Amino acid sequence: MNIHEYQAKQLLGKYGVAVPRGKIAFTPQEAEEAAKEFLNSGVCVVKAQIHAGGRGKAGGVKLSKSRDVVVANAKEIIGRVLVTHQTGPAGKEVKKVLIEEGCEIAKEFYLGMVVDRGTGRVAVMASTEGGVEIEEVAAKTPEKILKECIDPAVGLQPYQARNLAFALELNRIDKALVNKAVKFITALYTAFVESDCSMAEINPLVITKSGDIIALDAKISFDDNALFRHKDIEGMRDLDEEDPKEVEASRFNLNYVALDGNIGCMVNGAGLAMATMDIIKLSGGAPANFLDVGGGANKDQVTAAFKILMSDTKVKAVLVNIFGGIMRCDIIAEGIIAAAKVVGIRAPLVVRLQGTNVEQGRKLLAESGLNVITADKMDEAADKAVKAAKGNKP
Amino acid sequence: MSILINKNTKVICQGITGEQGTFHSRQMAAYGTKMVGGVTPGKGGMSVDGIPVFDTVGEAVKKTGAHASVIYVPAGFAADAIMEAVDAGIKLVVCITEGIPVLDMVKVKRFMEGRAARLVGPNCPGVITPDECKIGIMPGHIHKKGPVGVVSRSGTLTYEAVDQLTRLGLGQSTCVGIGGDPVNGTNFVDVLEFFAKDPETKAIVMIGEIGGNAEEDAADFIKRNVKKPVVGYIAGVTAPKGKRMGHAGAIISGGKGTADAKTEAMIAAGIRVTKSPAGIGAMALDALK
Repeated sequence: MNIHEYQAKQLLGKYGVAVPRGKIAFTPQEAEEAAKEFLNSGVCVVKAQIHAGGRGKAGGVKLSKSRDVVVANAKEIIGRVLVTHQTGPAGKEVKKVLIEEGCEIAKEFYLGMVVDRGTGRVAVMASTEGGVEIEEVAAKTPEKILKECIDPAVGLQPYQARNLAFALELNRIDKALVNKAVKFITALYTAFVESDCSMAEINPLVITKSGDIIALDAKISFDDNALFRHKDIEGMRDLDEEDPKEVEASRFNLNYVALDGNIGCMVNGAGLAMATMDIIKLSGGAPANFLDVGGGANKDQVTAAFKILMSDTKVKAVLVNIFGGIMRCDIIAEGIIAAAKVVGIRAPLVVRLQGTNVEQGRKLLAESGLNVITADKMDEAADKAVKAAKGNKP
Repeated sequence: MSILINKNTKVICQGITGEQGTFHSRQMAAYGTKMVGGVTPGKGGMSVDGIPVFDTVGEAVKKTGAHASVIYVPAGFAADAIMEAVDAGIKLVVCITEGIPVLDMVKVKRFMEGRAARLVGPNCPGVITPDECKIGIMPGHIHKKGPVGVVSRSGTLTYEAVDQLTRLGLGQSTCVGIGGDPVNGTNFVDVLEFFAKDPETKAIVMIGEIGGNAEEDAADFIKRNVKKPVVGYIAGVTAPKGKRMGHAGAIISGGKGTADAKTEAMIAAGIRVTKSPAGIGAMALDALK
């Protein structure tokens, strides 16, 4: 789960991570109120709040030196559709802006934390290349990324933070910065672990001209699997930032990801669901979605999955690919029949059942009176779905 | 022969009195697995179809001499269950549970350092040696004893591959599901090493997916150490970047972990990679010719 920058800064602030003072504004009026508080430093920043990077380049971040300019900038940004390299061509409508106290930047750095899959530990990464995307740094100048892996038994140790601070040569700017960096990195690590983050990125981390270390931007993702123990964090979820079909799917514990093609897929198991998408492409078609109904899907989930597939206007054919393991094919067939009756089938439906009780499952479908195109093998099913989506008889 | 488990493996089930634990313990016993006990704290003294239930893994090990444990406890308690099994001297811990917080697994991995136990999973279908022992949730009947070792990050996609093999008359030596989580116990390389040394395994099927670089590591290992033919498939060519595809570990982040990069690494290592998931069985048959 992702959150907005202003939410990330609020959370980090609670852990003692230095963040600029700021307030969220949904209207230009609220922006004006906030500006009164934060214009003391002479400059305010108005920042569009969307779950995508690249806001600055797209015109979503504006420096404002007076109250009128803050209001004008807030007016311009709120309601605007920002198109960045992370939003896709459709862009994302801005519903709120962060009004933040400005600061004078002496130098910018990068600081990030992730769960490193290779070592199975939290890795802290730092780089002198602040403000640049870390992927770009990793690709072009990997030697500029410094890394410390944290032993979970003892947590981040001060020497590890010092290693990073000295490697970034903070002591050359000001000796006092080393200890400030240790405090900052330690606080960020505590926030990361206690909130079950999967990624935290401070980019840029800035040294101000007054000699402070501050998180100018903050991006946090949480481990979805750990949300059950963080109800407060779950409350920060912004459904406006998610595809409505994905939101609906998550209500039924279905794994759904919207894609651009026209063949809706319903599959049990994540690996098989991806393989089904791939074989549709190999057969000359394009999947409309990833949808994993899970190993123990019940009738309600199958019905919900059908509703979501059929609500996608792009969908010209549906491919159901089930490998019955513990889940029996006859149960799945019953679910499909029930769902089809409730939801209706407006597009050709190709069903491939395999595994436990497959004969009973196929018999149920054949006797249901539903217009179902059946297939025995995966490639055959994909081929039939692609033909059906093109309006040809399979 | 087989790897990891055989007909003599004594297995206990942690979470045996839960719905999943009871159901799958029955299935495993019916398959022929030596189910010697179960563990549910507070329910010691009960029995499930004659399988004795204990309060702690320590007690279960002492009374039954179990080598292996299979875990079906809910995600919030699973890390604790794994550590309990490891501490009690269980040699093979198979964790089926899906949805364990990744930082819990970070702790588990640290806890296991320097201890002799092996963890398979979490978020996996388990391990099966056909006709001998099944530890997990896979449908036993699609398997057949034979020369192909199967290792995979997926559940149902593995069943699909096994089904293709069996239909072509190709049995399996052992099938290992290593699971779809970003931080797990056993990895491709560990299993490949076992298969390379197992005289009964004549060919290996390796099924990967997007995310991480376990497949690249495996390709590197195969290039240097595995002389047996390996057939590979990577799921997720069409997966978009930055989106978690069902499995917690199946995500392309920062442009890393794409299916294309993995496929390239595998082909460069001499692995026969099929682009179609429907072609895994046929390619394995061809590889064994």
